[in-house]
Amino acid sequence: MTPQSSFMIVAAVRDGQLKDLHALLASMNNLPGHADPNNKLIPFGKFDRLHFARFVIIEARTAQEIRAFGVTPRPWQPTLAFLGDIDGDMQTFFLELIERAEPGLKKVFSHCEGFSGENQDLLGWMKANNINASATYVNWIGRTVRQIHEEAALHRSLSTYLQKTADDVGRENVRALRQKLLSYVEMEKYKGRLTLTPPEPTPPEWKMRNLLHMIGIPLILLLLSPLLLVIALIFALRLRMLERSDPELFIRPSREHLAELTVQEDRDVSNQYSVFGDVKPGVVRLLTFKFVLLVTDYFARHIYNHGFLARIKTIHFARWVFMDNNHRVFFASNYDGSHESYMDDFINKVGWGLNLTFTNGVGYPTTRWIIKEGANREHAFKYTQRRHQIPTEVWYKAYPGLTAVDLARNSRIRQGVEIRQSNDAEIREWLSLI
Amino acid sequence: MKESSDFEFDDLQGLLRFGYGKLTDTSFLLLNIVNADLAKKWLETAPISSALTQDPPPETALQIAFSVEGLRALGLEESVVEGFSDEFIVGMAGDESRSRRLGDVGSNAPQQWKWGGHAAQVPHVLLLLYATKGGLDAWQKTIEGEHFSNAFELLQELPTLYIGDIEPFGFPDSISQPTVDWMQRQSTDTHERDRYSNLLAPGEIVLGYRNEYGQYTARPLIDPRKDKFATVLPGAEDDLPLKDFGRNGTYLVLRQLSQDVPGFWQFLDQVADHIPEKREQLAAAMVGRELDGTPLVPAHIPGISRKEYENDFTYDQDPKGNYCPLGAHVRRSNPRTGDLPTSACGPVDRLIKILGFGQRPDEDLIASSRFHRLLRRGRTYGPALAPKDAIERHAPVAERGIQFICLVGNISRQFEFVQNAWTMNSKFDGVQDEKDPMLGNREPLMSGESTDHFNSPDPAGPMRTTCHLPQFVTTLGGGYFFMPGLRALKYISALPANRTGSPS
Repeated sequence: MTPQSSFMIVAAVRDGQLKDLHALLASMNNLPGHADPNNKLIPFGKFDRLHFARFVIIEARTAQEIRAFGVTPRPWQPTLAFLGDIDGDMQTFFLELIERAEPGLKKVFSHCEGFSGENQDLLGWMKANNINASATYVNWIGRTVRQIHEEAALHRSLSTYLQKTADDVGRENVRALRQKLLSYVEMEKYKGRLTLTPPEPTPPEWKMRNLLHMIGIPLILLLLSPLLLVIALIFALRLRMLERSDPELFIRPSREHLAELTVQEDRDVSNQYSVFGDVKPGVVRLLTFKFVLLVTDYFARHIYNHGFLARIKTIHFARWVFMDNNHRVFFASNYDGSHESYMDDFINKVGWGLNLTFTNGVGYPTTRWIIKEGANREHAFKYTQRRHQIPTEVWYKAYPGLTAVDLARNSRIRQGVEIRQSNDAEIREWLSLI
Repeated sequence: MKESSDFEFDDLQGLLRFGYGKLTDTSFLLLNIVNADLAKKWLETAPISSALTQDPPPETALQIAFSVEGLRALGLEESVVEGFSDEFIVGMAGDESRSRRLGDVGSNAPQQWKWGGHAAQVPHVLLLLYATKGGLDAWQKTIEGEHFSNAFELLQELPTLYIGDIEPFGFPDSISQPTVDWMQRQSTDTHERDRYSNLLAPGEIVLGYRNEYGQYTARPLIDPRKDKFATVLPGAEDDLPLKDFGRNGTYLVLRQLSQDVPGFWQFLDQVADHIPEKREQLAAAMVGRELDGTPLVPAHIPGISRKEYENDFTYDQDPKGNYCPLGAHVRRSNPRTGDLPTSACGPVDRLIKILGFGQRPDEDLIASSRFHRLLRRGRTYGPALAPKDAIERHAPVAERGIQFICLVGNISRQFEFVQNAWTMNSKFDGVQDEKDPMLGNREPLMSGESTDHFNSPDPAGPMRTTCHLPQFVTTLGGGYFFMPGLRALKYISALPANRTGSPS
């Protein structure tokens, strides 16, 4: 099994370079906000380990909101972020990136501070500017881009063949049908038209670290539990007080801002989402935020790693990142369906989880005991999340047209090819997926 | 708790409560305001029907709704206009991103609409006239009175024709409707109601009341200290010193949908090898109901025929779509889902469900229906054409279709969501790249994958796929309107003259 990892290269944009950078990034697109996979600067489509990538220029559009807390906004310089979700480790991927796209990367990064031009050590700079997320979510840990493409091809091929043969063989004759399909797959593999690469062995080092993390975090929490319980009580009361006194910001996003965001949406079956905002002032808020993300990351790694994040089955990758010395937070996700349906999921399916996390962000609707209300204040929530959303300059998805549900189905179809079903009901189930 | 009689039905336009089904003759007029003063004079005495019941039932009715440009033309202040939702202000065709979301691309694109397709074409006023058979002309004369012809310019009369209680393809129409919980007796708290219910909080349909989130939908509120005319308006329940311009009003979504009746039946006839039973079976699978309206669900209550379920069923017993295909039109339009994938028995089970455990991979893919309901009030147009005549090669050609109307409190969460996430979504409930077999456009995905097919799951195993579906329904026009309460109409008609024509 090949585990996934992510990178986020971040650097402030040099004064006066913003306009040029916008134009340069836009030149990578063939639709608003959507990368041409073969663009000359960074041909994303050539990297067979890359799931998603995006360039965002992070601007603090909502920086003034913190004034409602009596705090002066910290200065923020527009910052370029290059994000990717990849199979395997970052180091080797960076080397691949440099091999294929060094001039393009240099051209982009030359708009940033601390990048000194042609003679810059690109790898060193990228690594130095990479920041880690506090929590990451991967829809299916171990599912590689290669696997996704191979399984999609398998499904397409089987689907066409099944339509042709079902009536000849007889729809009720499921065993004969399965036999036909299996022989067909063998033949297609033999002819080189289908490939089903077996999974790579799991890197032992990753396995070890993952195991340590899985046991270590609960162990530490358990050891600290007497202390944590006391702290939790104090925190709960303090948070409840803050909830009652924090200002509620009911600010409607401008139509210009909305138009800038929606022009990038609903072109493929999936969309991207980038939001950026301030952490509420005070150490209680920050520590709560950090703790919730620690738990989120734990759950994402060890429990929600096979197709669903609580009740949500539409998120491919997501990450939560602290920036500006923990004063600000950035969230990015890649999800299926429209923005409105994503928000519907947020409110109706995982409102509690969202509240738990973002109640610590400036502008989030008032919560009660940190899991109640919040997102349920529909207008306030929809306004705030759109207000804090920032456009993504360039977005790349390696498998347009496929949703996370499609990917899971394709894997089940492949499983059915490789492992024989034991009874007719299971064969029927398998056939119904195709 | 309010009693039914306490509800302010006298301030509601009647369409919110009645379908006016007995008033079979209708005239839908798209008007522009040419003289705002005269328009307001006309409005002052216009006999707009309220939602009060009458005995004997009325023989005529008149309803009115305005586009944002219409409200501006009458002199509504921009600060009030800004209280409306963005969808209403920008308009149905005013933003390419919205059109993409609604599936108004390709042959549905606004550039090709007969009306409403670009900013200059958006009508100011929608006037809906209803009368019993033969009574329309007299009613039109009555309502027009002295000022009408100088106040308004008729842009277009939308065709309507009563062909019985069916839509042009031949299926019974408007069976699935929410029942508005006027008395607000049902809790909107998900802890008390996690299953599908057809009762709907009034705020989902009428502005100024609590919606299914227990919240008040944003709407224009006016400070009466700054605007003395606002004193005629009802107060805002949630923001008391303010007056509520939206209260007892609703958004009206209108779309003219052309239906290719011969095209539909001839395609099915060909796919069904000209066998009538097979043809009707496939049609029923696509619609999700039989030609007599019977829903395609297993008969699960002994002694009650499936026909009698009418609007009283869910798809809980048919999760895979073996009875009613997942992609069928009525299943997409109202999937009848509750807040949780299946009923929770006890707090532990509830927690497990909330955390997403114990589910099949293809389960729980649809949003809860109660946040996405539409009150439909459409009318058909074009001559009736029975399926058996429609399959003839020389079936009479005519413009047929539906003037689709729905009333909602939140256009983006209700109408646009249903259109986008359910009807036009090629992945609805995990279906494989297919859109609504009836309503959908047939545009391929960005990846080039085709969407012009329809899958019927089959308990025997492999799905049955119908390929190369032509497009049966085409959008010819549309717009977002606001249908005010009667006191809000009074406010509009009393707007001072010097405000008229305020720049937009």
